[in-house]
Amino acid sequence: MRLYNLLKIAYTALMRNKMRAMLTMLGIIIGIASVISMVSLGQSSQLSIRESISSTGTNMIMVMRAFRRPGVNIGNDNVQTLKMADCVAIRKGAKNVDLISPTVSSSGQLIRGSKNWPSTIEGVSTEFLTIRKYELESGTNFTEEHINTYAKVCLIGQTVVDNLFEPDENPVGQDIRFGKIPMKVIGVLKEKGQNQMGQDQDDIVIAPYTTVQKRILAIDYLHMITASAVSEEATDAAVAEIESILRAQHRLLPGEDDDFDVRTQAEMLEMMSSVSGFMTILLAAIASISLIVGGIGIMNIMYVTVTERTKEIGLRMSIGAKGRDIMLQFLCESTILSLIGGVIGIILGLVISYVASYLLSWPYVVSQASVALSFVVCAATGIFFGWYPAKKAASLDPINALRYE
Amino acid sequence: MGNDIIIKVENLKRDFVVGSETVRALRGVSFDIRQGEFVSIMGTSGSGKSTLLNILGCLDKPTSGEYYIDGIGISQCSKDKLSVIRNRKIGFVFQSYNLLARTTALENVELPLMYNHNVSSKERHEMAEHALEMVGLSNRRYHMPNQLSGGQQQRVAIARALVNNPVIILADEATGNLDTRTSYEIMTLLQELNLQGKTIAFVTHEPDIACFTSRTVMLRDGHVIKDAPIEPKSAAEALAALPSNEDY
Ligand SMILES: Nc1ncnc2c1ncn2[C@@H]1O[C@H](COP(=O)(O)OP(=O)(O)OP(=O)(O)O)[C@@H](O)[C@H]1O
Ligand SMILES: [Mg+2]
Repeated sequence: MRLYNLLKIAYTALMRNKMRAMLTMLGIIIGIASVISMVSLGQSSQLSIRESISSTGTNMIMVMRAFRRPGVNIGNDNVQTLKMADCVAIRKGAKNVDLISPTVSSSGQLIRGSKNWPSTIEGVSTEFLTIRKYELESGTNFTEEHINTYAKVCLIGQTVVDNLFEPDENPVGQDIRFGKIPMKVIGVLKEKGQNQMGQDQDDIVIAPYTTVQKRILAIDYLHMITASAVSEEATDAAVAEIESILRAQHRLLPGEDDDFDVRTQAEMLEMMSSVSGFMTILLAAIASISLIVGGIGIMNIMYVTVTERTKEIGLRMSIGAKGRDIMLQFLCESTILSLIGGVIGIILGLVISYVASYLLSWPYVVSQASVALSFVVCAATGIFFGWYPAKKAASLDPINALRYE
Repeated sequence: MGNDIIIKVENLKRDFVVGSETVRALRGVSFDIRQGEFVSIMGTSGSGKSTLLNILGCLDKPTSGEYYIDGIGISQCSKDKLSVIRNRKIGFVFQSYNLLARTTALENVELPLMYNHNVSSKERHEMAEHALEMVGLSNRRYHMPNQLSGGQQQRVAIARALVNNPVIILADEATGNLDTRTSYEIMTLLQELNLQGKTIAFVTHEPDIACFTSRTVMLRDGHVIKDAPIEPKSAAEALAALPSNEDY
């Protein structure tokens, strides 16, 4: 039997029961739409993480204090393993390290007149802005001079500006207070948005590290060292250099654990994308369950159809249809159902993921692979779940089928 | 009429096993049907008429005995081969018409040709139109079965049986659902077709329908008890003799 005839027969049969065909398709539509949108959203989130990580600099290296030490856990505040001397040693010894900044931070209340805002102050060196890819919107960065004199100057992010200043005010040159310490704003940072952890990178006050160490925290150690490798490729070499320099600085014996942790953005990127990749797979797996349910819906309806049309099957056989013709006819019907459902589902899924990624301000990713795969899955669903009902139809005995009421 | 044997059955037996019992529906039936004959197969209910017709129509196989249609022995044929024989050599007319619902008369008539690779869609269309013309329903070609009377539906079914130019038309109680007038109309049509050379085997248990055929094969309990040519009455005349509907 010609394909065109088959399609025509299947189409007419489906059109005889539009409502039922539609409801059956709905199962497939929902299944495919959820698979497509889940995969697409998963990929968008991965991409958005990637974008935000590279916006902070893919060659960035962070050296943290190690919180785990043999014996008692002394809590992270008291770990004093990183010193300014380490910073100096790295700058001198590590050829693959480009820029380096000691980092101390403290959270506290920012106050200006009647307005106040809780924020974090980062005490850093002049190179910090370049390492973290912050740019100045107005004013200037602080200088070595400021660092040497523990100067009470700071740079502030947009969120801080929004919360402490009126929209038409110029913050540069104004005084604000961090807790009890008055500080002069000498620069405003350009807006940067959220980082991959969802933190607002504009909710920040940047000051010389000496100011934060001596005037705010009264400590002489560092919380962290922020550095950048000369290039993204040199990151691993830079990490190795930093590790060996620090081990020497801290006089660690071979076999002793590091008392610091070196983290790179590349690692972060890998970790974050493996987490969200796993989430994507998980969501897609859950969504595909609904696809299976949709497929079972098709199977159910095809069984009903075969039973209902037993007489028609008998007639077709009596006028010369072979078992194979009958089988193809029903397979064709179930495949048409699932393919049309699939196309609608794909469109719906793309629309859903478009709207969702727009609302979440994620990049919109259409994965051709997932669309193509869904299409194949649809066809396979139709054939797989249509197979048994079609087989049943084809194996009917024409005489009994004709007698069936 | 020609003398070619279209159908030849030899000592045909058909047993049905139901549980522990065996129903012997046909117990050795032999006869020939020649080209151009109009045979009625008669008998009381349960005498095996439908069983015989199903075998003649290649829907069923005999338990024993041999059956040849157009020179082809059926016992050797595979299921698919039987389908092809049904498609090319046989036209079926059923008591309950068995038209596809929500499908136009024309498409119903085209149906057997859909299962024939050798017929293009254009030919199929033309052949179906021609068959509808032969049963006088050209003006109803786009009507759905539920828009047609029982007699008209049966005519469509006859057109469907004619469309593939079968060697024989098999009808099982084709007038069973129709009133006398419509039955006579159908018989008139079948007589006309027979005159044009169509071979027809017609199962009925009504003697006043069988009298329009040219030969009667009488079955009882699975045996042929009578097989004789008769002088056919004219269905057209019988139809004219009926009191007209406007009388009451
Ligand atoms: N599939 C079957 N299984 C068991 N017995 C059957 C089957 N088909 C027919 N029979 C038996 O075979 C016998 C002949 O049946 P058949 O249908 O041929 O009668 P018939 O002459 O067509 O009767 P009617 O005029 O009522 O249609 C009956 O006794 C019936 O019970
Ligand atoms: Mg019968």
